[in-house]
Amino acid sequence: MLRTLLSVPKTARRGEIIQIRAMIAHPMETGHRMGPNGVEIPRKIINRLVCTYAGEEVFAADLHPAISANPFITFHTVAVESGILSFAWTEDDGAVHLAQAEIVVE
Amino acid sequence: MQEDDTANPGMLWVLEGEQLWQQAAGEAGRSCQDCHGAATSMRGVAARYPAFDTGRSRPVDLAGRINICRTGHQRASPLGHEAPDMLALTAFVAHQSRGMPVVPDQDPRIEPFRENGRRIFEQRMGQLDLACSSCHQAHAGNRLGGSAITEGQVNGYPLYRMEWQSLGSLRRRLNNCMIGIRAEPFPEDAPEMVDLELYLTARGAGLPIETPAVRP
Repeated sequence: MLRTLLSVPKTARRGEIIQIRAMIAHPMETGHRMGPNGVEIPRKIINRLVCTYAGEEVFAADLHPAISANPFITFHTVAVESGILSFAWTEDDGAVHLAQAEIVVE
Repeated sequence: MQEDDTANPGMLWVLEGEQLWQQAAGEAGRSCQDCHGAATSMRGVAARYPAFDTGRSRPVDLAGRINICRTGHQRASPLGHEAPDMLALTAFVAHQSRGMPVVPDQDPRIEPFRENGRRIFEQRMGQLDLACSSCHQAHAGNRLGGSAITEGQVNGYPLYRMEWQSLGSLRRRLNNCMIGIRAEPFPEDAPEMVDLELYLTARGAGLPIETPAVRP
Protein backbone atom coordinates (compact mmCIF):
# COMPACT_ATOMS: atom_id res chain seq x y z
CA MET A 1 0.00 0.00 0.00
CA LEU A 2 1.42 3.30 -1.07
CA ARG A 3 1.32 6.22 1.33
CA THR A 4 -1.48 8.65 0.63
CA LEU A 5 -2.29 12.08 2.02
CA LEU A 6 -5.92 13.17 1.82
CA SER A 7 -7.41 16.50 2.77
CA VAL A 8 -11.20 16.33 3.12
CA PRO A 9 -13.06 18.68 5.46
CA LYS A 10 -14.32 16.81 8.51
CA THR A 11 -17.65 18.60 8.43
CA ALA A 12 -19.56 20.69 5.90
CA ARG A 13 -22.99 22.23 5.43
CA ARG A 14 -25.34 20.56 2.98
CA GLY A 15 -24.85 22.08 -0.46
CA GLU A 16 -21.50 23.67 0.45
CA ILE A 17 -18.71 23.54 -2.13
CA ILE A 18 -15.71 21.82 -0.56
CA GLN A 19 -12.11 21.49 -1.71
CA ILE A 20 -10.59 18.02 -1.80
CA ARG A 21 -6.85 17.35 -2.06
CA ALA A 22 -5.21 14.01 -2.69
CA MET A 23 -1.55 13.07 -2.91
CA ILE A 24 0.00 9.64 -3.33
CA ALA A 25 3.67 8.63 -2.97
CA HIS A 26 4.77 7.35 -6.36
CA PRO A 27 7.95 7.90 -8.41
CA MET A 28 5.96 8.46 -11.67
CA GLU A 29 8.82 7.14 -13.80
CA THR A 30 8.33 8.57 -17.30
CA GLY A 31 10.19 5.88 -19.20
CA HIS A 32 12.46 8.46 -20.83
CA ARG A 33 15.12 8.52 -18.09
CA MET A 34 18.43 6.71 -18.55
CA GLY A 35 19.72 4.72 -15.62
CA PRO A 36 23.25 3.49 -14.89
CA ASN A 37 25.15 1.92 -17.79
CA GLY A 38 22.77 3.37 -20.37
CA VAL A 39 19.84 1.15 -19.47
CA GLU A 40 16.53 2.96 -19.88
CA ILE A 41 14.43 3.08 -16.70
CA PRO A 42 11.04 1.63 -17.70
CA ARG A 43 7.86 3.68 -17.51
CA LYS A 44 5.84 3.21 -14.34
CA ILE A 45 3.15 5.75 -13.59
CA ILE A 46 -0.24 6.13 -12.05
CA ASN A 47 -2.48 6.76 -15.02
CA ARG A 48 -5.90 7.32 -13.42
CA LEU A 49 -7.43 8.74 -10.28
CA VAL A 50 -11.13 8.30 -9.53
CA CYS A 51 -13.02 9.70 -6.54
CA THR A 52 -16.39 8.23 -5.60
CA TYR A 53 -18.78 9.92 -3.18
CA ALA A 54 -22.42 9.23 -2.37
CA GLY A 55 -22.49 6.42 -4.90
CA GLU A 56 -21.35 8.68 -7.70
CA GLU A 57 -18.05 9.27 -9.46
CA VAL A 58 -17.46 12.93 -8.56
CA PHE A 59 -13.99 13.26 -10.05
CA ALA A 60 -11.80 11.35 -12.49
CA ALA A 61 -8.46 12.23 -14.05
CA ASP A 62 -6.23 10.56 -16.63
CA LEU A 63 -2.60 11.11 -15.71
CA HIS A 64 0.27 11.04 -18.22
CA PRO A 65 4.08 10.87 -17.89
CA ALA A 66 4.33 14.67 -17.70
CA ILE A 67 2.90 14.59 -14.17
CA SER A 68 5.70 14.74 -11.60
CA ALA A 69 6.35 12.30 -8.80
CA ASN A 70 4.02 12.13 -5.80
CA PRO A 71 1.10 13.49 -7.83
CA PHE A 72 -0.97 16.08 -6.01
CA ILE A 73 -4.53 16.65 -7.24
CA THR A 74 -7.05 19.23 -6.01
CA PHE A 75 -10.69 19.48 -7.00
CA HIS A 76 -14.00 20.79 -5.68
CA THR A 77 -17.24 18.97 -5.12
CA VAL A 78 -20.57 19.65 -3.42
CA ALA A 79 -21.15 18.25 0.07
CA VAL A 80 -24.40 16.34 -0.47
CA GLU A 81 -24.53 13.85 2.41
CA SER A 82 -22.51 12.36 5.24
CA GLY A 83 -20.41 9.47 4.07
CA ILE A 84 -17.15 8.26 2.66
CA LEU A 85 -15.10 9.68 -0.19
CA SER A 86 -13.24 6.82 -1.84
CA PHE A 87 -10.13 7.37 -3.92
CA ALA A 88 -8.70 4.84 -6.36
CA TRP A 89 -5.35 5.32 -8.09
CA THR A 90 -4.63 2.90 -10.96
CA GLU A 91 -1.12 2.02 -12.11
CA ASP A 92 0.04 1.08 -15.62
CA ASP A 93 0.13 -2.60 -14.66
CA GLY A 94 -3.45 -2.48 -13.38
CA ALA A 95 -2.66 -2.36 -9.66
CA VAL A 96 -5.14 -0.18 -7.76
CA HIS A 97 -4.34 1.79 -4.59
CA LEU A 98 -7.24 2.81 -2.38
CA ALA A 99 -7.79 5.36 0.33
CA GLN A 100 -10.82 6.94 1.87
CA ALA A 101 -11.90 9.79 4.11
CA GLU A 102 -15.10 10.47 5.97
CA ILE A 103 -17.17 13.62 5.89
CA VAL A 104 -20.07 14.65 8.13
CA VAL A 105 -22.62 16.84 6.35
CA GLU A 106 -25.12 18.82 8.42
CA MET B 1 3.71 24.55 -0.44
CA GLN B 2 6.02 23.98 2.50
CA GLU B 3 3.61 25.49 4.99
CA ASP B 4 0.59 23.50 3.80
CA ASP B 5 0.74 20.05 5.37
CA THR B 6 -1.80 18.76 2.85
CA ALA B 7 0.35 19.88 -0.10
CA ASN B 8 3.88 19.31 1.26
CA PRO B 9 5.16 16.08 -0.35
CA GLY B 10 7.64 15.70 2.52
CA MET B 11 4.68 14.91 4.76
CA LEU B 12 4.37 11.55 2.96
CA TRP B 13 7.68 10.60 4.61
CA VAL B 14 6.60 12.03 7.97
CA LEU B 15 3.51 9.80 7.80
CA GLU B 16 5.71 6.82 7.00
CA GLY B 17 7.95 7.71 9.95
CA GLU B 18 4.92 7.79 12.18
CA GLN B 19 4.20 4.18 11.19
CA LEU B 20 7.82 3.11 11.67
CA TRP B 21 7.92 4.73 15.10
CA GLN B 22 5.33 2.22 16.26
CA GLN B 23 6.78 -0.76 14.43
CA ALA B 24 8.89 -3.33 16.24
CA ALA B 25 12.32 -3.84 14.71
CA GLY B 26 15.35 -6.04 15.18
CA GLU B 27 15.96 -9.13 17.26
CA ALA B 28 14.83 -7.33 20.41
CA GLY B 29 11.44 -6.82 18.75
CA ARG B 30 11.10 -3.29 20.13
CA SER B 31 9.70 -0.20 18.50
CA CYS B 32 10.86 3.38 19.09
CA GLN B 33 7.62 3.87 20.97
CA ASP B 34 8.38 1.05 23.40
CA CYS B 35 11.28 3.06 24.88
CA HIS B 36 10.46 6.65 23.96
CA GLY B 37 6.70 6.60 24.31
CA ALA B 38 4.73 9.10 22.28
CA ALA B 39 6.51 10.93 19.46
CA THR B 40 5.99 14.23 21.29
CA SER B 41 8.85 13.15 23.57
CA MET B 42 11.11 13.94 20.61
CA ARG B 43 10.17 17.61 20.70
CA GLY B 44 13.35 19.66 20.88
CA VAL B 45 15.68 16.79 19.96
CA ALA B 46 16.38 17.70 16.34
CA ALA B 47 16.91 21.32 17.38
CA ARG B 48 20.04 20.38 19.31
CA TYR B 49 21.52 17.77 16.99
CA PRO B 50 24.28 16.91 16.07
CA ALA B 51 25.06 16.32 19.73
CA PHE B 52 27.99 14.89 21.65
CA ASP B 53 27.74 11.15 22.26
CA THR B 54 29.66 10.16 25.38
CA GLY B 55 29.91 6.53 24.33
CA ARG B 56 31.70 7.42 21.12
CA SER B 57 33.49 10.50 22.45
CA ARG B 58 32.41 12.47 19.42
CA PRO B 59 29.30 14.15 18.00
CA VAL B 60 26.66 12.15 16.15
CA ASP B 61 23.95 13.42 13.83
CA LEU B 62 20.30 12.44 14.15
CA ALA B 63 20.63 9.50 11.76
CA GLY B 64 23.70 8.34 13.68
CA ARG B 65 21.75 8.52 16.93
CA ILE B 66 18.89 6.50 15.43
CA ASN B 67 21.42 3.90 14.28
CA ILE B 68 22.86 3.73 17.82
CA CYS B 69 19.33 2.96 19.04
CA ARG B 70 18.77 0.43 16.26
CA THR B 71 21.99 -1.50 16.74
CA GLY B 72 22.20 -1.16 20.52
CA HIS B 73 18.62 -1.32 21.79
CA GLN B 74 16.67 -2.91 18.97
CA ARG B 75 19.52 -5.17 17.78
CA ALA B 76 18.63 -4.32 14.21
CA SER B 77 20.95 -3.52 11.34
CA PRO B 78 21.95 0.14 10.89
CA LEU B 79 20.39 2.12 8.05
CA GLY B 80 22.16 4.27 5.47
CA HIS B 81 21.35 7.99 5.44
CA GLU B 82 19.30 7.71 2.25
CA ALA B 83 17.53 4.46 3.13
CA PRO B 84 13.75 5.06 2.82
CA ASP B 85 13.17 4.02 6.44
CA MET B 86 15.92 6.32 7.73
CA LEU B 87 14.56 9.25 5.73
CA ALA B 88 11.11 8.58 7.15
CA LEU B 89 12.36 8.31 10.74
CA THR B 90 14.62 11.38 10.62
CA ALA B 91 11.85 13.38 8.93
CA PHE B 92 9.37 12.26 11.57
CA VAL B 93 11.65 12.97 14.54
CA ALA B 94 12.86 16.33 13.22
CA HIS B 95 9.28 17.27 12.37
CA GLN B 96 8.45 17.08 16.08
CA SER B 97 10.72 20.10 16.57
CA ARG B 98 9.20 22.13 13.76
CA GLY B 99 9.07 25.80 14.69
CA MET B 100 11.63 25.48 17.47
CA PRO B 101 14.88 27.44 17.13
CA VAL B 102 18.10 25.56 16.45
CA VAL B 103 20.17 25.51 19.64
CA PRO B 104 23.73 24.24 19.17
CA ASP B 105 25.02 21.72 21.73
CA GLN B 106 26.91 23.69 24.38
CA ASP B 107 28.95 20.72 25.63
CA PRO B 108 32.60 21.98 25.71
CA ARG B 109 33.84 18.61 24.43
CA ILE B 110 32.11 19.27 21.13
CA GLU B 111 34.08 22.47 20.37
CA PRO B 112 37.06 20.85 18.58
CA PHE B 113 34.69 18.99 16.23
CA ARG B 114 32.71 22.13 15.45
CA GLU B 115 36.00 23.89 14.75
CA ASN B 116 36.90 21.05 12.36
CA GLY B 117 33.56 21.60 10.64
CA ARG B 118 34.32 25.28 10.25
CA ARG B 119 37.71 24.42 8.79
CA ILE B 120 36.08 22.10 6.22
CA PHE B 121 33.54 24.81 5.38
CA GLU B 122 36.37 27.21 4.58
CA GLN B 123 38.67 24.67 2.91
CA ARG B 124 39.12 25.04 -0.84
CA MET B 125 38.64 21.73 -2.58
CA GLY B 126 37.98 20.03 -5.88
CA GLN B 127 38.88 20.80 -9.44
CA LEU B 128 37.18 24.18 -9.16
CA ASP B 129 39.18 24.90 -6.00
CA LEU B 130 36.21 26.40 -4.17
CA ALA B 131 35.29 26.31 -0.51
CA CYS B 132 31.68 26.27 0.74
CA SER B 133 32.35 29.75 2.09
CA SER B 134 33.52 30.97 -1.34
CA CYS B 135 29.89 31.09 -2.45
CA HIS B 136 27.69 30.65 0.60
CA GLN B 137 29.46 33.16 2.81
CA ALA B 138 31.18 35.60 0.46
CA HIS B 139 28.42 35.72 -2.17
CA ALA B 140 25.22 34.82 -0.31
CA GLY B 141 22.42 36.86 -1.83
CA ASN B 142 24.15 37.19 -5.21
CA ARG B 143 23.52 35.02 -8.26
CA LEU B 144 25.43 32.31 -10.10
CA GLY B 145 24.23 32.05 -13.67
CA GLY B 146 20.73 33.16 -12.76
CA SER B 147 20.34 30.95 -9.71
CA ALA B 148 20.25 32.63 -6.32
CA ILE B 149 23.20 31.82 -4.05
CA THR B 150 21.69 30.99 -0.68
CA GLU B 151 23.36 31.02 2.71
CA GLY B 152 23.17 27.23 2.64
CA GLN B 153 21.27 26.89 5.91
CA VAL B 154 20.28 23.40 7.02
CA ASN B 155 17.32 23.94 9.34
CA GLY B 156 14.85 22.20 7.00
CA TYR B 157 16.53 18.84 6.55
CA PRO B 158 15.60 16.17 5.61
CA LEU B 159 13.74 17.99 2.89
CA TYR B 160 11.79 17.39 -0.31
CA ARG B 161 13.78 18.64 -3.26
CA MET B 162 11.95 19.15 -6.55
CA GLU B 163 15.14 18.25 -8.38
CA TRP B 164 15.17 14.88 -6.59
CA GLN B 165 11.39 14.39 -6.75
CA SER B 166 11.91 12.83 -3.35
CA LEU B 167 12.86 13.51 0.25
CA GLY B 168 16.62 13.55 0.82
CA SER B 169 19.06 14.04 3.67
CA LEU B 170 21.65 16.75 4.22
CA ARG B 171 24.26 14.18 3.24
CA ARG B 172 22.75 13.91 -0.19
CA ARG B 173 22.82 17.67 -0.64
CA LEU B 174 26.40 18.00 0.60
CA ASN B 175 27.50 15.18 -1.71
CA ASN B 176 25.92 17.06 -4.61
CA CYS B 177 27.64 20.28 -3.51
CA MET B 178 31.00 18.53 -3.59
CA ILE B 179 30.30 16.91 -6.95
CA GLY B 180 29.34 20.38 -8.15
CA ILE B 181 32.78 21.76 -7.38
CA ARG B 182 34.25 18.56 -8.82
CA ALA B 183 35.57 17.26 -5.55
CA GLU B 184 35.44 13.65 -4.39
CA PRO B 185 32.55 13.49 -1.89
CA PHE B 186 33.30 12.22 1.61
CA PRO B 187 32.40 8.54 2.15
CA GLU B 188 29.09 7.65 3.83
CA ASP B 189 30.61 6.98 7.25
CA ALA B 190 33.05 9.91 7.26
CA PRO B 191 33.18 11.71 10.60
CA GLU B 192 33.99 14.90 8.66
CA MET B 193 30.40 15.01 7.46
CA VAL B 194 29.09 15.09 11.02
CA ASP B 195 31.62 17.79 11.95
CA LEU B 196 30.51 19.82 8.96
CA GLU B 197 26.84 19.41 9.84
CA LEU B 198 27.71 20.41 13.41
CA TYR B 199 29.24 23.65 12.16
CA LEU B 200 26.39 24.29 9.70
CA THR B 201 23.73 23.99 12.40
CA ALA B 202 25.69 26.34 14.67
CA ARG B 203 26.02 28.75 11.74
CA GLY B 204 22.22 28.76 11.56
CA ALA B 205 21.62 28.97 15.31
CA GLY B 206 18.26 30.51 16.08
CA LEU B 207 16.61 29.58 12.78
CA PRO B 208 13.41 27.57 13.25
CA ILE B 209 13.38 23.90 12.31
CA GLU B 210 11.32 23.62 9.10
CA THR B 211 11.41 19.87 8.53
CA PRO B 212 10.16 18.73 6.07
CA ALA B 213 11.16 21.77 4.00
CA VAL B 214 10.47 22.05 0.25
CA ARG B 215 13.23 23.29 -2.04
CA PRO B 216 13.75 23.57 -5.80
